[in-house]
Amino acid sequence: MNSLADKKQYVSPQVPKYFTSVLVVGLVLLGISVIASLVFGSRPVSLQEFMNGLFSPEADSYGASVVEKRIPRTIFSMMCGAALGVSGSLMQAVTRNPIADPSILGVNMGAALFVVAGIAFFNISTSGQYIWFALSGALLTSILVFGVGSMGRGGATPLKLLLAGAATSAALSSLVIAIMIPRSYVMDQFRFWQVGSVGVADWGSIQTFIPFLVVGFFIAVVSASALNAMALGDELATGLGVKTSTLRLIAAIAAVLLCGATTALVGPIGFVGLLATHVIRLVLGSNLRYLIPMSALAGAVVLTISDVFGRLIGRPGELEVGVVTAFIGAPILIILAMKAKVRSL
Amino acid sequence: MKTQTIDYIITGRRQRKRRWFTITGTLAALAFLLMWAMLLLGNTIYPVQDVLRVLMGEQVSGASFAVGTLRLPRMLAGVLAGFAFGMAGNTFQTMLRNPLANPNVIGITSGSSAAAVFCIIVLQADNTVVSIAAMIGGLVTVLCLYFFSLSKGKSFSIGRVILVGIGIQAMLNATVSYLLLIGDEQDIPAALRWLSGSLNGIQMDEITPLLVIVLIFAPILIVLGKQLSILELGEQSATTLGVRTNQVRVALILSAVGMIALSTATTGPIAFVAFLSGPIAKRLVGAGMSNVIPSGLVGINLVLASDLIGQFAFDVRYPVGIITGIIGAPYLIYLLIRMNRKGDL
Repeated sequence: MNSLADKKQYVSPQVPKYFTSVLVVGLVLLGISVIASLVFGSRPVSLQEFMNGLFSPEADSYGASVVEKRIPRTIFSMMCGAALGVSGSLMQAVTRNPIADPSILGVNMGAALFVVAGIAFFNISTSGQYIWFALSGALLTSILVFGVGSMGRGGATPLKLLLAGAATSAALSSLVIAIMIPRSYVMDQFRFWQVGSVGVADWGSIQTFIPFLVVGFFIAVVSASALNAMALGDELATGLGVKTSTLRLIAAIAAVLLCGATTALVGPIGFVGLLATHVIRLVLGSNLRYLIPMSALAGAVVLTISDVFGRLIGRPGELEVGVVTAFIGAPILIILAMKAKVRSL
Repeated sequence: MKTQTIDYIITGRRQRKRRWFTITGTLAALAFLLMWAMLLLGNTIYPVQDVLRVLMGEQVSGASFAVGTLRLPRMLAGVLAGFAFGMAGNTFQTMLRNPLANPNVIGITSGSSAAAVFCIIVLQADNTVVSIAAMIGGLVTVLCLYFFSLSKGKSFSIGRVILVGIGIQAMLNATVSYLLLIGDEQDIPAALRWLSGSLNGIQMDEITPLLVIVLIFAPILIVLGKQLSILELGEQSATTLGVRTNQVRVALILSAVGMIALSTATTGPIAFVAFLSGPIAKRLVGAGMSNVIPSGLVGINLVLASDLIGQFAFDVRYPVGIITGIIGAPYLIYLLIRMNRKGDL
């Protein structure tokens, strides 16, 4: 009896083994990256200026206002990173596919195309307008990519989804350039948006972003247990009382909301979701109730640190964060491809 | 009974051969027409005898500059790049037995592109250095692909090559984006060449290295065409049929990469030409016949026709890569759908 109880505990661990330590490490890293994000940049600040900028809003020294400018940027990059992290783990759960990520599935490019079309044909210019265009673009693209990728035997295998995503991205990027070439003002506005930068952040874009973030998070957290059941297979999940198609739809919408809104405000940033989710899954296992919130934390850390790196490497200007994350994240894709069994490709 | 079968086989062979010659002849004729169209059409349409006189090296006022300096290099670059992309793409697709495994998708063109952009923007290098660097970039990408795809204890799979290739491509594209950002403002139009491929502003001295490379490597690919067809049957059958698989494969890869790298260094990665030519040529000539030369010809036709469309069909001049991208991507998606239905992936 005694041994059975032991075993039971072993079989269904309520809390993953390293949860506390991962949480602590994650929060410490987040703290470090926030401070780094406030301190480092093309103009370094002293401790005095840093304190002034943070705690006395009336301070008017140059360094203090630099710090003040960096506050929204830091908050924004944390929020975007968290959104991308959650979006990545939702997409991976919904497609039951380890390489799902908004950038790989071409969703970012769909959002990009709609934003460019909006700038060129409908004269949109505020972040509130960008969001709706980007969201519809992201939604349509994800439906298309997933539809093409899941045709035929075996449903949506990683390879099929990836290729469908790559093909769609290529087509959409041709269209994007075709729209831009005759209109130099669009090109100018778009060129910097396209690389992916959180440097544009101000309090206004944070306000625009919050509702999407909250709704997306809420859906993700609420549907985590049901998604856990779905990981066992559709039949089993149905047997456990999960309405799989409804769940898929809702979770996919949440994922698109999160990554679409992020893309609208900062441009297409790739690989954050992939990176965050896989790092967390490696240490905590794939229980989505822990995976989703921790991916948010990891995503926030990854994006904020990448942004700091971009500012340090790119001095005196800055290297856009999308470039940095592609550099850190793409190797993860390569490693995944190397480790995967041939059959599951 | 027996003679009937033999007769049947012989007639079949003869028919396929006749079809091959008809198709190849038609493609060549079409390419010839398009080459003339490239020389004749433009802001001013010069009479044929003027163009002929320019080609003979005579000085004709007006025509000498427009045809000799602007249109002739453009046409030659299109022909050479189209031929090289078509043949090399077909080589990869046949060798890896998957139409999706082409230089665009697995990142070889991105490797050449990144190397070329680096030389131009950072090193301010001249044409020779750029060509050599593009070649090295392409080869290094292939080597990385090879080593990353051959992880120990796992069997070789095309799916893994493609996944790894897309990862590498993401990193290389991030590099190109970064290099373009640190480049000068006035480099942007030239920069678009590196994103999508363009024949604009190509000069005669850029053609020479490309011509040399095509003259060296195209015959190799043509001569090895038969071995390539046998390789498609699989490693074992090929060995049994007396093909030295390793040597042939190395020769094929080197020649294909050489052609792709130099074309990319001259015209930029013209989207999808390497991908489209092989499957189209195969459709046209039918199974069982070598489609090395036909796919090169299809490549020429694609590039020249797309460039003519890009130049004259709209009020704005689009670079050729945009047009091939918009034509090619739907075909890629169609191919994916068909392969998925058949369960080839």
